Amino acid sequence: MSKQIRGLRRSRIRLFSVIVTLTALPCLSQAQEIGDHQYTSEAIQAGLRVYSRECALCHGPQGDLVSGINLARGEFRSAQSDDDLRSVITEGRAQGQMPAFDLRESELSGVIAYIRAGLDPDGIAIRIGDAVRGLALFQGKGECASCHRVNGVGPRTAPDLSAIGVERSPANLQLNLVDPAAAILPINRPVRIVTRNEETIIGRRLNEDTYTVQLIDSNERLRSLIKADLVTYEISEAPSKGPTNLTPAEVADVIAYLLTLDGES
Amino acid sequence: MNTLNTGIAKLVKSALKGCLALLLAGQSLYLANAQVPYDRILNAADEPQNWLTYNGGYMSQRYSLLDQINQDNVGDLELKWVLQNQVFGAWQSNPIVVDGIMYVTERPNSVMAVDAITGRVFWKYVHTPDERARVCCGANNRGVAVLDDRVFMGTLDARLIALDRINGEVLWDAEVGDVALANSVTMAPLAVKDKVLVGIGGGEFGIRGYVAAYYADTGEQAWKTYTIPGPGEPGHDSWQDDDWMHGGAPVWITGSFDAEQNQVYWGVGNPGPDWNNEQRPGDNLYSDSVIALDVDTGELEWYFQFTPNDPYDYDAVQVPVLADLNWNGMPKKVMMWANRNGYFYVLDRTSGECLVAKPYVRVNWSSGLDENCRPIITPQPDGMPTYPGNQGGTNWYPPSFSPRTGLFYFSAWEDYATIYRSEEQEYTPGRAFLGGGFSVLAPAPDAPTIGIGRTNPVNNWTDEVGHASLKAMDPNTGEEVWEFEQYDVSDSGMLTTVTDLLITGGREGYFHVLDAKSGELLYHKNLGGQIVMAPVTYMVDGVQYVSIISGNSLFTFALKG
Ligand code: HEC
Ligand code: HEC
Repeated sequence: MSKQIRGLRRSRIRLFSVIVTLTALPCLSQAQEIGDHQYTSEAIQAGLRVYSRECALCHGPQGDLVSGINLARGEFRSAQSDDDLRSVITEGRAQGQMPAFDLRESELSGVIAYIRAGLDPDGIAIRIGDAVRGLALFQGKGECASCHRVNGVGPRTAPDLSAIGVERSPANLQLNLVDPAAAILPINRPVRIVTRNEETIIGRRLNEDTYTVQLIDSNERLRSLIKADLVTYEISEAPSKGPTNLTPAEVADVIAYLLTLDGES
Repeated sequence: MNTLNTGIAKLVKSALKGCLALLLAGQSLYLANAQVPYDRILNAADEPQNWLTYNGGYMSQRYSLLDQINQDNVGDLELKWVLQNQVFGAWQSNPIVVDGIMYVTERPNSVMAVDAITGRVFWKYVHTPDERARVCCGANNRGVAVLDDRVFMGTLDARLIALDRINGEVLWDAEVGDVALANSVTMAPLAVKDKVLVGIGGGEFGIRGYVAAYYADTGEQAWKTYTIPGPGEPGHDSWQDDDWMHGGAPVWITGSFDAEQNQVYWGVGNPGPDWNNEQRPGDNLYSDSVIALDVDTGELEWYFQFTPNDPYDYDAVQVPVLADLNWNGMPKKVMMWANRNGYFYVLDRTSGECLVAKPYVRVNWSSGLDENCRPIITPQPDGMPTYPGNQGGTNWYPPSFSPRTGLFYFSAWEDYATIYRSEEQEYTPGRAFLGGGFSVLAPAPDAPTIGIGRTNPVNNWTDEVGHASLKAMDPNTGEEVWEFEQYDVSDSGMLTTVTDLLITGGREGYFHVLDAKSGELLYHKNLGGQIVMAPVTYMVDGVQYVSIISGNSLFTFALKG
């Protein structure tokens, strides 16, 4: 799939088709079922019941009554992964101020799902794994580091992920891995340009306006081009990478790692 | 010999030049002190060297007879001066130019008198609005009106202030509305005959809108007409219970005037709460309408409602653009109106009758209009996008009509949609009264979208969330004749000239000059900051200037030399 813009005129069909893709999203076929990466809505509903019965008393209906903790927003004192949450709930904390609970497995995973869904019974709950394993996957099997730069290390051609944990929601990070075509930001669509002197430039846009486009090319050079001088200007609707081959558990680990990237380090 | 001769000739020439300069200077000194009586404003077209009202004249055509800059020499435009704003934020002001002096406002409520040749400032008046002042969308002010020896400015704390135009001294300061109820004035006032007319803003705060007229010499109120009819008045039954008391219908853009009809025309804004129309059943007159008022008494003579019971914030605050046309073979006094709701209308301004109306962008909140141009509504299911989006197919940006080309020009937003969310809200005096919210449709979750203004030099939202199209419309058919597209959206107004130039800008900071006949680009320059006002043109000492505000600077161009 590629679309072409020549000079200033753009085709309405192109814009329209983008929007169609958008609204038709749920029907796109995906390499992996999104469901593998998420808690089911039954689990979330079960969690709602446990939460109201056992937890709301201290944490409040919005999950924000214990100071320094906001369950709905995923703000904890020490816990990060779902396994951490599991141990908090089954072992308790702070000499029993946070009691230990003896819950059935379905109740336990339910209440974690409900917390991950932002205490919204209709929300989406993304599985969040282990950040340390996630870092290893990011640099190893996932090959993410071969394209992405984090905290000053890595190539510059793909988007820098140093602050991605605060820029994107867990759901969007997951979509980025499982179905990149549905999650790609318009500005990140790969471009292919042919200039009047027959140079072909492949790159990623940084900025664009009516008359010009600024990009970083595949040799990490910053280029600014005047559209009227271009022979070809194609913006691909397909992302430059396919859905990940990582297993759902590995994806959960990578998400946990990405969520630690807050642009601060 | 030759050298001597030329030497003498040079001397004589420069002496002559000196005299001329003196003469001209003397003349402009005299002119600078001249009055601007109503007659001069009424006949503004006879003095194209000046820009006497917000829209260049009572018909609001923003069409200039100045012809020094034309299609052949427009490439020779060069920057003559820049006036830097001292306050950050969108600079939406529209200058007025009187005999070589420009009057322009700065956020929140300052007026400057500027030498229109050099850009140097004679005086600056600063009004600090009451700290209770509340506006939805920035501390905007769109300019002054001039009449006789006074300039008039409306303020964010809902006052109307008259200044001596020679020294900026306050002559009077009248209360137009209650600042504690979030009333405000952001528009440039309109001076007609012996009065100054102004509308009240606050459509996001549950006000009850109105237009009011003040005697120019004393500041005493002459009349006040509510845009929501009270008990016993016709149209009151388009509201239920006490909804009318805080139903919005603000007036925040300068109207137009037809001396023959003795009528002023005003666009009226959205009903409140903005996004929950179930909370205010009925047509909600005269929200999202144009109203025609008798200029002497303020009496309502007719109205036309574009969007009854509006849940989309489709304010009808566009400038009513008036023209006397040979409309499909019949002489007609028309009013042209590209509405925020996505339809372009041509009305008979003697009666308010709708002559033709067609969508100019994708519209899905309505499937069309009935024979009276009332929309056949097709509300979208929850969570689905509505076209055009909340900022509208167009908005308050002043259009232009060129009698030479017979075309109407304005900035439209294409492929822009929003998803609305409504909720029940109780009215609390002076507080935001919105009844929900909206998000801009984007092609991916978390994708950046278009904001109300542009503050980022990097466009990371791209044209996929909406982009600008400058449209040239034929009022005979309601059809688009040509369009000029931009990558980002545009809130820029239009200016046309007798040399068939169409001068405008956009959020990207480009100043564009097009051929008004064909839409062909003749000239463009990167001025670097969002252009959210309309350019003006004027002439001093035989030189035609074009002024345009981009970002925090007012740039003035003229031909080289
Ligand atoms: C008796 C009051 C009480 C009840 C009931 C309670 N909690 Fe807590 N919870 C606390 C307190 C206090 C803390 C803070 C502990 C600390 O100081 O580390 C806490 C902390 C937590 C944390 C954050 C751990 C971290 O790393 O910051 C989670 C998650 C949590 N509780 C979940 C639950 C769930 C799920 C339930 C219901 C099954 C529940 N809590 C019931 C009082 C309670
Ligand atoms: C072949 C190079 C490549 C590899 C391998 C790769 N990416 Fe990407 N990624 C990109 C590019 C290029 C983009 C920009 C969008 C596009 O073109 O698809 C991107 C986009 C993203 C984004 C969205 C960035 C934003 O700002 O929206 C995230 C998150 C991301 N990648 C994470 C990963 C993770 C995690 C991995 C490893 C599992 C990975 N990527 C592997 C090239 C790569």
